[in-house]
Amino acid sequence: MISETLDQLEAKRAEARLGGGQRRIDAQHAKGKLTARERIDVLFDEGSFEEYDTLKTHRCTDFGMEEQQYYGDGVITGWGKINGRPCYVFSQDFTVFGGSLSETHAEKICKVMDLAVQNRVPIIGLNDSGGARIQEGVASLGGYAEVFWRNAQASGVIPQISVIMGPCAGGAVYSPAMTDFIFMVKDTSYMFVTGPDVVKTVTNEIVTSEELGGASTHTKKSSVADGAFDNDVEALLEVRRLFDMLPQSFDSALPVLPTTDSEDRIEESLDTLIPANPNQPYDMHEVIRKVADEGNFFEIQKDHAGNILCGFIRLNGSTVGVVANQPMVLAGCLDINSSKKAARFVRFCDAFNIPVLTLVDVPGFLPGVGQEHSGIIKHGAKLLFAYAQATVPLVTVITRKAYGGAYDVMASKHIRADVNYAWPTSEIAVMGAKGASEILYRSELGDPDKIAQRTKDYEDRFANPFIAAQRGFIDEVIMPHSTRRRVSRAFEILKGKKVNGPAKKHDNIPL
Amino acid sequence: MFSKILVANRGEIACRVFKTAKAMGIKTVAVYSDADKNALHVQMADEAIHIGAGPAAQSYLVIDKIIEACKQTGAEAVHPGYGFLSERAEFAERLKAENIAFIGPPPKAIEAMGDKITSKKIADEAGVSTVPGHMGLIDDADHAAKIAAEIGYPVMIKASAGGGGKGMRIAWNDSEAREGYDRSKSEAASSFGDDRIFIEKFVVQPRHIEIQVLADSHGNCIYLGERECSIQRRNQKVIEEAPSPFLNEETRKAMGEQSVALAMAVGYTSAGTVEFIVDKDRNFYFLEMNTRLQVEHPVTELITGVDLVEQMIRVANGEKLALSQEDIKLNGWAIESRLYAEDPYRNFLPSIGRLTRYRPPEEGQGEYGTIVRNDTGVFEGGEISMFYDPMIAKLCTWGKNRETAVTAMSHALDAFEVEGIGHNLPFCAAVMKHERFKSGNITTAFIEEEYPDGFEGVAPTDAEVTALAAIAATMKLRDERRNVAPSTTDNKKDYVVVINGQSIPLSVQADDAGYELTLADDGSSHNIGIDYTPGIPLVRAKAGETDYIIKTTPITGGYRLRVQGLDLNVKVYTPRIAELASLMLEKLPPDTSKLLLCPMPGLIVKLNVQEGDKIEEGQALAIVEAMKMENVLRAEKAGIVSKIPVAVGDSLAVDEVIMEFEG
Repeated sequence: MISETLDQLEAKRAEARLGGGQRRIDAQHAKGKLTARERIDVLFDEGSFEEYDTLKTHRCTDFGMEEQQYYGDGVITGWGKINGRPCYVFSQDFTVFGGSLSETHAEKICKVMDLAVQNRVPIIGLNDSGGARIQEGVASLGGYAEVFWRNAQASGVIPQISVIMGPCAGGAVYSPAMTDFIFMVKDTSYMFVTGPDVVKTVTNEIVTSEELGGASTHTKKSSVADGAFDNDVEALLEVRRLFDMLPQSFDSALPVLPTTDSEDRIEESLDTLIPANPNQPYDMHEVIRKVADEGNFFEIQKDHAGNILCGFIRLNGSTVGVVANQPMVLAGCLDINSSKKAARFVRFCDAFNIPVLTLVDVPGFLPGVGQEHSGIIKHGAKLLFAYAQATVPLVTVITRKAYGGAYDVMASKHIRADVNYAWPTSEIAVMGAKGASEILYRSELGDPDKIAQRTKDYEDRFANPFIAAQRGFIDEVIMPHSTRRRVSRAFEILKGKKVNGPAKKHDNIPL
Repeated sequence: MFSKILVANRGEIACRVFKTAKAMGIKTVAVYSDADKNALHVQMADEAIHIGAGPAAQSYLVIDKIIEACKQTGAEAVHPGYGFLSERAEFAERLKAENIAFIGPPPKAIEAMGDKITSKKIADEAGVSTVPGHMGLIDDADHAAKIAAEIGYPVMIKASAGGGGKGMRIAWNDSEAREGYDRSKSEAASSFGDDRIFIEKFVVQPRHIEIQVLADSHGNCIYLGERECSIQRRNQKVIEEAPSPFLNEETRKAMGEQSVALAMAVGYTSAGTVEFIVDKDRNFYFLEMNTRLQVEHPVTELITGVDLVEQMIRVANGEKLALSQEDIKLNGWAIESRLYAEDPYRNFLPSIGRLTRYRPPEEGQGEYGTIVRNDTGVFEGGEISMFYDPMIAKLCTWGKNRETAVTAMSHALDAFEVEGIGHNLPFCAAVMKHERFKSGNITTAFIEEEYPDGFEGVAPTDAEVTALAAIAATMKLRDERRNVAPSTTDNKKDYVVVINGQSIPLSVQADDAGYELTLADDGSSHNIGIDYTPGIPLVRAKAGETDYIIKTTPITGGYRLRVQGLDLNVKVYTPRIAELASLMLEKLPPDTSKLLLCPMPGLIVKLNVQEGDKIEEGQALAIVEAMKMENVLRAEKAGIVSKIPVAVGDSLAVDEVIMEFEG
């Protein structure tokens, strides 16, 4: 009798594992996509996944839906471990009703989201869904909104990561949009609010799904996605890598990866990184890699707004967020895109108590009609705001230019960065010497020799870190080769940092 | 002895001379251009004098500035190194007039040997075997074709003042002779400021073998054996060795004695090199005499134990040679690899820029009694400048015989880390394991014949695939056992390694002694010894009896491994992930559009190519200035420029078309 029941359970489980059936699994594979369960196999440590609601089914009785029942109702939920650390997951099953979201499908997602928040465990969503379950109508829409509400509630409590591994259209996009990171799979995933057909009807624009909302569009142009990978396996392995660097929640400690990479490691080559010609670019990645433990840098949004670099490194094994101007792209200036990118990154770090290292080489804000008309003022303010209200340890290193308002924005002392270093090659000034002398000595513009002399005078006076150091805006002028040691020690002494701002309900970041 | 010497050169050779000078207790003076302000030779010298702008014609080639630097510092002698002013009789002459010693031969000898036509005549008269050719200058392209036809094709067209492969062309027919003449002439004019050209018979299947001579001003002259420099690319030496695997004692002696006779005939002093072409029957013909220290002199030093720079300094100081011919014994075997900042995967295109990582192998005595020597003028964080020879270093190894020297070189190349620029390390490593090179059956056409389509990397052998799979799996187990919260404390794990298109299932077990690896396919067991620290790119491993020194970089799901010219992306998966990974579709490399788009709003400040130009991958196409920064745009692949719709001075928006390509 008992064994019969056990057999029955086994049979049901076996059926659940088949999802929408072998034919649909094969179709999924033919597209180069894994099934929902296979993805979980890659995401989690072997044998660590525990499933909930395996046997849950929908309750819809319209349009003959009562005849079509699949265990799990198109989404696999549960928890597992990534390199030993727990994580909740929901993984939409495209083989069941195209992964469409029903009321019960949404209930399953909400259940693990609630558990994740309660238990302070991150959640990862693997999205592969045709959208709302049309047969269910408003019940499905309600399901979406339940998920959205939970995304907002969970935000800042636990890390939420979305991986778009197939279609994600219409209302469905707003759940990933509210999570901390979105990753996509190249060629097999897309996200849009309205698809190409509707776009054509409404605006007469002819566009493919890939052009409208593929991985390339969202990682390069729209910045909706934080990264794209070649295929499902690569995407999931990289998510594991990121997960290893994130804390379990806002009130748990940062993970520490034991390393033999000494914090005292000297990098003599950084002493020669800054070119003699101030208009010549260099690659800020080199500084990041040489400062980081083992040269390891997990870059966020690397294909978007390349004039600023954001990502995670470890120092003494512990995670640190890095924001760095990149002189190789647009001279490392701040513009709308780079400000938004970095602002969001700083906010994430602050929310999860990840210290922020800021590397500064910024010639200013990007001038232009386009920038002004598109609201550089408000967008630039986002980054300023994000830094100004951050309470995590902030360490700043100015490598070269720190001009004008952009100097203030880039985690300057004045907006309460904790430790501000400058390389001897720093130039902390209102603007470049040439521009400054042309304004100060407008009457001498006709005389190039005079202006050249004025420019040189200005350079001698301001193209260095010493004036700022005299005023204490710079805590110490440091040798580039000792940057790793200096920065590691700064974060070490800042570990106990406690800041209590004024009482308020919440801030009002210039969105 | 001199109390202070100046080296009128830069880079590794300046550093090389300083080393010996220091050991002799002589103070050193460097000269440098704007481009070399932070160069190693400047740091090494006791004093350094700035002598002008980056281009050599405004600095290292300006005699007045060198003399001024000597006066300023009180340097009593000048070592010219190689290249630059080293073979300018005028320079030696001027120094003499200023009462500054020239560490090199007398001006007359330089003059006599510097001119290829004169030198050949003198050699002929001194009883040195010479190549049939035309003993006169060539007037124009037609004259070149006429003379070439008289000598009989193939012929070599050469700049009279030439050297180092510059201004040299081989012609197989009249039209090539005309073209070769024109090109040699213009190259000669720009490189040496002397556009005289001559023509001689081109020896087929030749080896390049040269004799090192050393003479004092008291009439003594000896030879220090030979160097074989047959491994050349476009007449530029890449790998040299001493002795030659081809010469017998009798030929060596004959060549040596003729070389000494030539040196004596021109009143030579100091170190010099007599270059010969040797055919397959060991007939040898005089090519030219280089009246300076050669780039490849370290291999001679390694097998003779003689410090040639020290000898040059002593000779210049008027001392008698302390060595006689009987003292010169050739001991063991030495090989030199010239590391160039040239990308072998991009048709050896020069690759200038910053050395983000530069870690040469440890110098000195190594395993099995071998010796590693690295002559270099760069350092990590240094710059390979566009103004000068793109040489990074001269890596030399010594072993008791050729085989051990080759193995030592192979390991030394593997242990040499150079990042940030393209370089020929993988190519040199590939040559070291090339069967024909190992056999010693080489000619100057070796590279052309063995790599006719350029260098496309090396394919791994089955044994290498297995060994590297085992090493990668071992690294993976180590990485997994070091985690934030170890997922497993297991000391044994099953993996599937995906390498070179194959999937290799295996299991790794860690124990105190090291790692034991079992291949699932045949159940065979392998011991893996490994020295791997995450974050340190160089991994030393022993798979079975074979030692590997591997450059590793983490990639998604595995490691990039570079060793012995191989460059492989190796994935180490659990069996389940391997099964799932095999379902992934092969992605075709993205279709690089046939357009060059402006990557940022900016101003076109330079167009490096014209419509109709053939371009190579990586070639600079245009410079766009944005935010006052100059950004070099490069070709993503080879092709032909079909259209350039923009002009210099145009202001472009993002994604505006700068160029269109075809092919």
